[in-house]
Amino acid sequence: MSINKISETLTFECETGNYHTFCPISCVAWLYQKIEDSFFLVVGTKTCGYFLQNALGVMIFAEPRYAMAELEEGDISAQLNDYRELKRLCLQIKKDRNPSVIIWIGTCTTEIIKMDLEGMAPKLETEIEIPIVVARANGLDYAFTQGEDTVLAAMAHRCPERDLLIGRKQEIKEKTAKEFFSFHSIETHQSIKKALDKIPLVLFGSLPSTVASQLSLELKRQSINVSGWLPAQRYTDLPALGNGVYVCGVNPFLSRTATTLMRRRKCKLIGAPFPIGPDGTRAWIEEICNVFGIKTHGLEEREQQIWKSLKNYLNLVRGKSVFFMGDNLLEISLARFLIRCGMIVYEIGIPYMDKRYQAAELTFLQTTCRKMSIPMPRIVEKPDNYNQIQRMRELQPDLAITGMAHANPLEARGINTKWSVEFTFAQIHGFTNAKDVLELVTRPLRRNNNLENLGWTNLVKE
Amino acid sequence: MKLAYWMYAGPAHIGTLRVASSFKNVHAIMHAPLGDDYFNVMRSMLERERDFTPVTASIVDRHVLARGSQEKVVDNISRKDKQEHPNLIVLTPTCTSSILQEDLQNFVDRASTISDSDVILADVNHYRVNELQAADRTLEQVVRYYLDKARRQGNLNIALTENPSANIIGIFTLGFHNQHDCRELKRLLNDLGIEINQVIPEGGFVENLHKLPKAWFNLVPYREAGLMTAKYLEKEFGMSYISTTPMGIVDIANCIRQIQERINTLSSVLLNKKFNYEPYIDEQTRFISQAAWFSRSIDCQNLTGKKAVVFGDATHAASITKILACEMGIRVSCAGTYCKHDEEWFKEQVQNFCDEILVTDDHTEVGDMIARVEPSAIFGTQMERHIGKRLDIPCGVISSPVHIQNFTLGYRPFLGYEGTNQVADLVYNSFTLGMEDHLLEIFGGHDTKEVITKTLSTDTDLTWNSESQLELNKIPGFVRGKIKRNTEKFARQNGVTEITVEIMYAAKEALNA
Repeated sequence: MSINKISETLTFECETGNYHTFCPISCVAWLYQKIEDSFFLVVGTKTCGYFLQNALGVMIFAEPRYAMAELEEGDISAQLNDYRELKRLCLQIKKDRNPSVIIWIGTCTTEIIKMDLEGMAPKLETEIEIPIVVARANGLDYAFTQGEDTVLAAMAHRCPERDLLIGRKQEIKEKTAKEFFSFHSIETHQSIKKALDKIPLVLFGSLPSTVASQLSLELKRQSINVSGWLPAQRYTDLPALGNGVYVCGVNPFLSRTATTLMRRRKCKLIGAPFPIGPDGTRAWIEEICNVFGIKTHGLEEREQQIWKSLKNYLNLVRGKSVFFMGDNLLEISLARFLIRCGMIVYEIGIPYMDKRYQAAELTFLQTTCRKMSIPMPRIVEKPDNYNQIQRMRELQPDLAITGMAHANPLEARGINTKWSVEFTFAQIHGFTNAKDVLELVTRPLRRNNNLENLGWTNLVKE
Repeated sequence: MKLAYWMYAGPAHIGTLRVASSFKNVHAIMHAPLGDDYFNVMRSMLERERDFTPVTASIVDRHVLARGSQEKVVDNISRKDKQEHPNLIVLTPTCTSSILQEDLQNFVDRASTISDSDVILADVNHYRVNELQAADRTLEQVVRYYLDKARRQGNLNIALTENPSANIIGIFTLGFHNQHDCRELKRLLNDLGIEINQVIPEGGFVENLHKLPKAWFNLVPYREAGLMTAKYLEKEFGMSYISTTPMGIVDIANCIRQIQERINTLSSVLLNKKFNYEPYIDEQTRFISQAAWFSRSIDCQNLTGKKAVVFGDATHAASITKILACEMGIRVSCAGTYCKHDEEWFKEQVQNFCDEILVTDDHTEVGDMIARVEPSAIFGTQMERHIGKRLDIPCGVISSPVHIQNFTLGYRPFLGYEGTNQVADLVYNSFTLGMEDHLLEIFGGHDTKEVITKTLSTDTDLTWNSESQLELNKIPGFVRGKIKRNTEKFARQNGVTEITVEIMYAAKEALNA
């Protein structure tokens, strides 16, 4: 059958890039809520504004801490002075909202007219006495969740320098953490814990505060203390970074942030699968513990316990096939989790694939496929939605994970869909939230069980 | 630069895409960066479209920025030509691509030589026109293109149809209740013995556009889009058009009388007979539509002199203002529109039907006006609905921009005689129901518990004594909740369990201090 079409090894392809996704400026939607004392100013046109107000729906009415600096014809043709205009708007924002930081989101238009946001920000910052962070989250370079990546990468520069370890800097530099701890291994457990407290671990990626504290707690159970999050709940609480600080990502789309942390802030990156699904969460914790030379305890039981609690969902998804059209970069991790749940993944579309940053996740995907004896899915970078729909017609997957532009038309053709954006906004990280992922994935399947035998799955005339 | 949180009308390319995807078998290709195809989401979600939206993007990325689009646009056009065989491909610039100043016309010329489809470049300036103006222009551009083409090919057919017939111009995808209005207009014209020549752009085929001049006249129901096309057809083919929106009993009659006049000038020559629609108007007004009777009924009497605010696009805001003022006796304190480009017409329309006129596209100005006027009901867009929620004033939605709940599955026209019924329902249900209102006034509110807590069970340890309850009821509804919360907070802070009038005042003073 169609399964024969699927390759036996992990294959990477690259298509035309004609796919539907959200503009990366959409990251302001969740970031302004996460960073409570921030104000996001999107410097762009009516098009950007229209997207934001429609994509964010009702959130717009809750007096959001974001706004458009809408460029007019005079701005484009340089009849108006950018600096003066931005200063006027930022002063108004300061007066109305008094934020601790203003984040300028550069858009396609500011790129094309080469507005020097990075140059203007430091000058204006001293003039109005509010930090201004510049992130170029534009559709020319990035897709959807990568917007957060650009913001966090810019913010990484603003984290205070960690100087507590300066005395030990050399020591840590010369030895790996493992050696560092084995050196102490004769000492009591208590002192190891103490030493561990001094090795700072900063996690990066914006998560709802409950999810962030759940993950921190999981690590604490393994006696690892999270010393900070990028971003923190408030801009004024950004974590200290520097030489000897370990960092680990919680989301697959944060490759620029990771690079910035390593190269510019001299942090050590822990490359791990991402804590999505109980398998991912366990592998993530294990990798962190491994780097810190700690033997995990009770983790396997914890994972098993979660799998057990998912039993009803697993019965629904087992043997069903999935097709990821690709738009938010969570695809690899989600596919890996769903394969572990017993599903068959035909295709993983993804906007951009950083094979280095996602290396551990990709390896994990491969081992998971082998373990479940399931053919490796093809990974399609920069997919072409038109081609994908043709492939889907042939493969007839049980579920397509897709953007909202294609969901209704696919449903009308009898293909079940789940909106991919929901995975971005739902809580999907850690052991506790594995259920939420399956809740989302099984919703169309459960709906089908309810509407079975009505005889109207195909609702188009063709 | 302008600090903006929200806008009433979208960017120009949305208007162009609405025209393109309203026609059948027309494909639009946007010259745009990744993520600008949000139109597809809106059409798929709001209209609950079953078919794939015929809009794709020719992506502008870093490479395009550095080297220009080169073959990319032409390739994308010819690819789409082979995949879908559309009749027409509309290359749509976006705000981003228009500052790149690439010679898109050149791409179009090259692409049209190699593809079977017709290819045109939408001619709109993104920094000067909005969604509605762009839709108006693009529709005219498409019509002009096909009529010119037909003329060149010699298959332009300008012989009038045998029987009276009309084109309906300006029914769009994502238009406010456009589908329902279209059905109602067809029914109305059918009742009048007028054939429908063509409806454009919704559901129309571009290859039929050359038959447009066969109609006896054009009907343009909405001012926002369609007038340019109608004017073009008038200039080129001498086709007269009617732009009176048939919304509300009075304007429907006006519209029908104008139709009668147009038809009779032709029919007296062509058919040697005259049409008289007066009996039809009378029958419909008095007995078929319920709106005329409603305005005489006791229910509507209770609305007399109540204050309302109207805001929306020019067409709907003007029509609803006239309906409220003339047909229902409601006092329109302020009528407004965000169609700044049509300010003059709007002012002339509503001049004597409201106390003040507001023309703005800044929603905070509208919000401030509503807070100042404190109407009993608002008739506006989705934004006014939210303002109303915040101020605790009911709102009926009468115009775009709207949300998914205004794309109803049921039949809800705003135009024609059935439309009058729908509008009457909307207006009546938006005001607090008449008798209930009356009783509330007599008895000083609902069951007192409900007025204070808005829930039916008591969940607080505080009790309000009878005087303080009375005092609370005197406070206008939209701030009552806030006063109550503040007072209770104050009482808790001071360890008071029974709230008296004194406590209320003390709380007020404490807050002011």
